[in-house]
Amino acid sequence: MAIDRAQVRHVARLARLALSPEEEERFAAQLGHVLEYIERLQAVDVSGVEPLSFAGDAAGGIVMREDEPRPSLPRDKVLAQAPQQDGKAFVVPRIIE
Amino acid sequence: MKTDLLPLSQISDALASGEVSPEALLEASLARIRAVDGKLHAFLRLTENEAHAAAKAAAQRRANRNPAGPLDGIPIALKDIYCMEGVETTCGSKILRGYIPPYDATVVRKLKQAGAVIVGKLNMDEFAMGSSTENSAYGPTMNPWDLSRTPGGSSGGSAAAVAARLVPGAFGTDTGGSIRQPAAMVGCAGMKPTYGRVSRYGVIAFASSLDQVGPFAQDVRGVAYLLAAVAGYDENDQTSSKRPVPDYAAALGRGVSGLRIGVAREYFGEGLSPEVERAVRAGIERLRGLGCEVRDISLPNSPHAIATYYIVATAEASSNLARYDGVRYGYRARAGQLLEMYEKTRAEGFGAEVKRRIMLGTYALSAGYYDAYYLRAQKVRALIRRDFDQAFATVDAVVSPTSPTTAFRLGEKLDDPLAMYLSDVYTVPVNLAGLPGISIPCGFDSKGLPVGLQLIGKPFDEETLLRIARAAEPPGHRLPPIVEDH
Repeated sequence: MAIDRAQVRHVARLARLALSPEEEERFAAQLGHVLEYIERLQAVDVSGVEPLSFAGDAAGGIVMREDEPRPSLPRDKVLAQAPQQDGKAFVVPRIIE
Repeated sequence: MKTDLLPLSQISDALASGEVSPEALLEASLARIRAVDGKLHAFLRLTENEAHAAAKAAAQRRANRNPAGPLDGIPIALKDIYCMEGVETTCGSKILRGYIPPYDATVVRKLKQAGAVIVGKLNMDEFAMGSSTENSAYGPTMNPWDLSRTPGGSSGGSAAAVAARLVPGAFGTDTGGSIRQPAAMVGCAGMKPTYGRVSRYGVIAFASSLDQVGPFAQDVRGVAYLLAAVAGYDENDQTSSKRPVPDYAAALGRGVSGLRIGVAREYFGEGLSPEVERAVRAGIERLRGLGCEVRDISLPNSPHAIATYYIVATAEASSNLARYDGVRYGYRARAGQLLEMYEKTRAEGFGAEVKRRIMLGTYALSAGYYDAYYLRAQKVRALIRRDFDQAFATVDAVVSPTSPTTAFRLGEKLDDPLAMYLSDVYTVPVNLAGLPGISIPCGFDSKGLPVGLQLIGKPFDEETLLRIARAAEPPGHRLPPIVEDH
């Protein structure tokens, strides 16, 4: 299945990735190649098959814990990893004038 | 033979008898790393201070005859995907350079409690995406058997470190084969437990319906010790199972006579190297000689696994990796606008393979393509699982090659993503079905490169898998030339 550069640009925008023109060209070719391989799934008879989103522990099921308040990580330790912060919150470029 | 060259379980015995001390083992490990890791590049960083403190504490417990278990005082190392409090954790990516986690992954916490001496963090393909460790932002890892070849991936650093005896044990992660394939490429044992058997809390996510944590060691008993230390329910991972953890080491002595082993024709088809096939068929004959009943079975949907995987795994990755936006941790690009900041941060922070997979996953989930790709892939995934369920009605385990070839050359598959993906053709179905799998050494090809044999088990039946692996593993352990030279 062919994928053109306009499609690559659209998907890159959805994925929040800035691609160079050279990358757009290369990804269009490589993604097309992989999608061509994936096309084989269209030939599989899946009528009446329920999708499997994950192969969990069917006997136990998904385990939910009680929704009770508990201490979280200390704020200063978490903020210490941020590229920019003001001691109370993460700082990002202004989005509202 | 020097104690530190022995397989993990024999080192554990030597610690128990007082023949060797945790401090001496740590010194030997660090000396070997200094001597050979310049050529291998298995480690991204060492945690020497923490390791010395842990070895000293272990020695004290051993002296008081109160060890925390068979791992107390054993040096191990971790793929750089495990968060460890206070220690840089990059996941092989530039986007996490300098990131210092504020907490320990559950696996790390449990290993510390078991007395394991964590000596450092190991190289990996960026975000565990790759089959050769060449996608690391910090340079590739080399195969200890041939430095011009890859150790496989994505846990290539873990595999190389164990094979070169830098550490007796290591942990990796396996989303489509990332423990079993590198274990095969370097000639050690590596296990992917059942989905839900080990907590992933604090393990950086790639594809959450597939990711699982698992151990590497030279010997199967060593793998059993490592698995026992980390398995079990964790309230911080809602997919972790509440089933009790059996005594894996105790299962090893039970023998394999009468066990039924399935051989699926789909795992011996086109693309399999004749030399790998010969070694694996010989391994199957050895199992027959030990009293196993070998049966032909069919897993007709397994050949669709790679196509299914590259929809499911990339879709989940595109969602999981959305968190790397330059806001809370890691790299941030300079930009005046928020959207521009996101796009530039990700463009500059991610490598080519990670971008390719984010693109593919985003495409598969995008409007107009969801039913044709993602939904259809999930239905084929159900068929792959159903095949295994049917097979396990008549066999106790399935045996196959781990990978279609032995270790390939650095650079050989870098420009052909699909060829690289096909290196995982026999391991990926196991992740899609959520089953346990283990790769054990099974001889060598004519170039002297290790061959791996894969065993696949029923959900949560790691015991049977370990029993068969123990019976089938080679009696001796040949050392790679890089160890002999040193």
